Amino acid sequence: MVNPVLEVRGIRKAFGSNVVLDGVSLKVAKSEMVFILGPSGSGKSTFLRCCNRLEEPDAGEVILDGMSLTQKNVNLNKARQKIGMVFQAFNLYPHLNAEKNVSLALRKVLRFSASDARSTALEALAQVGLAEKASSYPSELSGGQQQRVAIARAMALKPQVMLFDEPTSALDPELVGDVLEVMRDMKSAGMTMLVVSHEMNFAQEAADRVIFMDNGKIIEEGTPEKIFLSPENERTQLFLTRVSGPQK
Amino acid sequence: MSQWERFIDTFFNRSVIVQYLPDIFKGIWITLEISVLIVIFGILLGCILAVLRVYKIRAISFCIIVFADIFRALPPLVLILIVFFGLPNAGIFLSSFLVLFVVLTLVLAAFSEEILWAGLTSVDSGQWEAARSSGLSLNQALIWIILPQAFRLAIPPLTNRAIAITKMTALGTVIGVPDILNQATTAQSFSGNASPLMVAAIAYVIIFLPLVIASRRLEYKFSWKKV
Repeated sequence: MVNPVLEVRGIRKAFGSNVVLDGVSLKVAKSEMVFILGPSGSGKSTFLRCCNRLEEPDAGEVILDGMSLTQKNVNLNKARQKIGMVFQAFNLYPHLNAEKNVSLALRKVLRFSASDARSTALEALAQVGLAEKASSYPSELSGGQQQRVAIARAMALKPQVMLFDEPTSALDPELVGDVLEVMRDMKSAGMTMLVVSHEMNFAQEAADRVIFMDNGKIIEEGTPEKIFLSPENERTQLFLTRVSGPQK
Repeated sequence: MSQWERFIDTFFNRSVIVQYLPDIFKGIWITLEISVLIVIFGILLGCILAVLRVYKIRAISFCIIVFADIFRALPPLVLILIVFFGLPNAGIFLSSFLVLFVVLTLVLAAFSEEILWAGLTSVDSGQWEAARSSGLSLNQALIWIILPQAFRLAIPPLTNRAIAITKMTALGTVIGVPDILNQATTAQSFSGNASPLMVAAIAYVIIFLPLVIASRRLEYKFSWKKV
């Protein structure tokens, strides 16, 4: 990989005596969609949260577009503009409508004028198919719509990498498709994406690379075909069997 | 004189009321003035203290907790008497008006701090994460995301507490603040008639009932449907 957009080197993280990440390294190329799989407690979410330092790693380095996020004197607020995040619980701001949810960071972080922020926000909402919901409050939106607003909120800042932390796990099954559709669009628009999710079919179809984590380590990685059809590691095989039944 | 006439004569004696009404109006003005000052400064100080705790500077948080616990634990009357009769021994002379204002402001501040702090901590941590991950600084996240939600949670208990503590301005009577109750009890002892107390009671209802109703409006306005 010549110029990875995101590079993580030897991340370690322990909560007390519980080692959650035991030296994880990963490079993500531009426009690549990397899926992270693994049993619960394997450190997937913590790994993702270390990438924008929502979780402070004990050791290791995170380099975004040639700039280290883990240096001492880095301007973290500035760096985080370039790395968007989508959460399992959406985390929309309940006191703001959809447009304000998206435009707040544009105004406060990127210092857009009120009218520029508004038009950029409306554009971002249109991209996720929610232009007509701009003035709706989160409580008036379905889970799938809320998650799409959350995606628009992150995308409006024009990040270089998007992190997805189980974006569809809190959704009713019939609402998952809309969110995956938006992610598919983002991928075809060339967005670099790091996704923790249990949507195996989507991973198989859309991912460029699949990573399997267990006990705080990456134990196998490869193309979706390789991981899903002929996994080498015993634990990967066991996990896939448990999740989707034996492969035919 | 029938019993009914005696009742009217004791509690609603027209000539007594007319005679002392101007004094009670002065008392209403004093009570209103001090109540407004207590609400403004008490809630403001409480908010500042609650926000200071967000920064998790151990020494400061500890001092705030000690302050809040002491001022919530002590009966306000005890504080008023200690400050009014104690401080002159240390060479500090404060007017009874000032003592009442300072003590009740601090009591309201202590309660407001705890109420708003509870509001701040019950905002979901995902809100902080969403805000910070989009590049907002701690202060920006606090001002634009966390505080508006914390206030909405805090407004019902905050208004109730503010009303409860402004009613305690009546305690100023014991140190001679010329508030409604003080004027009424003075008038009562001069006239030997309970009518001024009835006027005082009515005056309190006229002052505080609109506040109670306004607080309900405020609660409604600032509530939003939970997700």
